[in-house]
Amino acid sequence: MQKPEEIINKLSAEGHSFDASLKSASIDGLTSVSIDTLQVNLGYRCNLSCRHCHLEASPERVELMSRKTIEACLRAIKKGDIKVVDITGGAPEMNPDFKWFVSECTSLGCNILVRSNLIITAEDGYKDLPDFFAKNKVEIIASLPFYEESKTDSMRGSGVFKASIKAIKTLNDLGYGRGTFNNNESEAELVLNLVYNPGGAFLPPDEASLGSDFRRELEEKYGISFSNIFALTNMPIGRFFSFLDKTGNLSAYMSRLATSFNPLAAESVMCRTMLSVRWDGSIFDCDFNQALNLKCDSSISNISEFSAEALIGRKIVTGAHCFGCTAGAGSSCGGSVV
Amino acid sequence: MDAYYNPCDLSKFGEISKEAPALWEKFMGWYSSVFEPGALSKREKSLIALAVAHAVKCPYCIDAHTQSSLENGSSKAQMTEAIHVASAITGGATLVHSVQMRNAAEKVEF
Repeated sequence: MQKPEEIINKLSAEGHSFDASLKSASIDGLTSVSIDTLQVNLGYRCNLSCRHCHLEASPERVELMSRKTIEACLRAIKKGDIKVVDITGGAPEMNPDFKWFVSECTSLGCNILVRSNLIITAEDGYKDLPDFFAKNKVEIIASLPFYEESKTDSMRGSGVFKASIKAIKTLNDLGYGRGTFNNNESEAELVLNLVYNPGGAFLPPDEASLGSDFRRELEEKYGISFSNIFALTNMPIGRFFSFLDKTGNLSAYMSRLATSFNPLAAESVMCRTMLSVRWDGSIFDCDFNQALNLKCDSSISNISEFSAEALIGRKIVTGAHCFGCTAGAGSSCGGSVV
Repeated sequence: MDAYYNPCDLSKFGEISKEAPALWEKFMGWYSSVFEPGALSKREKSLIALAVAHAVKCPYCIDAHTQSSLENGSSKAQMTEAIHVASAITGGATLVHSVQMRNAAEKVEF
């Protein structure tokens, strides 16, 4: 595992200045405009060790958010009248307080998003999760890098594809991802969105055409369905950075990201409307800055001190990794942005 | 020059415009339009380009259209099948010329 400062230095050494790209597009830095979403990272423990994971989550990781910190998140949600709670990890379900947190968010009337790897639902102690998700009308955002077994398993581990298909079938049976589809927009009440990540050092495809391919292949071969697809760019940090560095792909990939800079995507980046909370309560502009330990440019450093007034308008902390969110159609936790 | 083909030379492609900018501009405009989605999707066009790149044995094109095929959502299995199509056509095109050989031989043989 490379230290955040080493990654930041190596990315900077590639010579692509994100701030210069913003200036060339007449964008005078990025600032926070609102806090619509609180993204809560419940910890880095995961039952998988995916090759593209920017947080290097794995079964060996011990960092988990405490009940006390989760309570601070709930206070912030109430105080800031935050409507969307995006729960992530690791495998967030592995935090012992996961269900309690979801239930509390439900009682607050929040729209709850859970980033699940799906196959956790097949493990002992977690098999009741699909019913729990449905009962709380949780919006599931599930990683499925590709509709072919070999490609998915090479990124996420042997057997993951088949287990994912089985989990999606279970969710479909509960009503997830079974809406009426019109131009790939789902009208399902229970939302199951899939996340595509490129299987290497290249950019994601156009989301609409990718969604058509996924829908056709998954329906024809496995009889399963989903609501929408999110095409995410692999961020040059964490395990994916190590892959780029070791395989001699770093320069070409950074160049690809920088030359694909899209000013429209830059204006719509997710960090302008969200706040990311680490397992220890530290706050960040996004999950990627969290991975690089680039804390918010604010007088507030912990969720326990939350104040929307103090955080809205803050300057977003940027670096060369930000090209990952502004390349092509852009990339956010909700897929492309333009 | 220590090699006829060098990956970094691909980025120099645009330098050919220096000698004939108007022609380059026309070529690039047409080239860009060709790859826009139309009756065929961008993914299908990238796969065709990848297959043709192999048929014309252009390492620059293979590099570029491998990348574009991946970025348009194709898998290696799909890309491999596309190259088999190119191979079948180039192989078949060679073999079908055996008709010429047979015509020529039959003309001069008893």
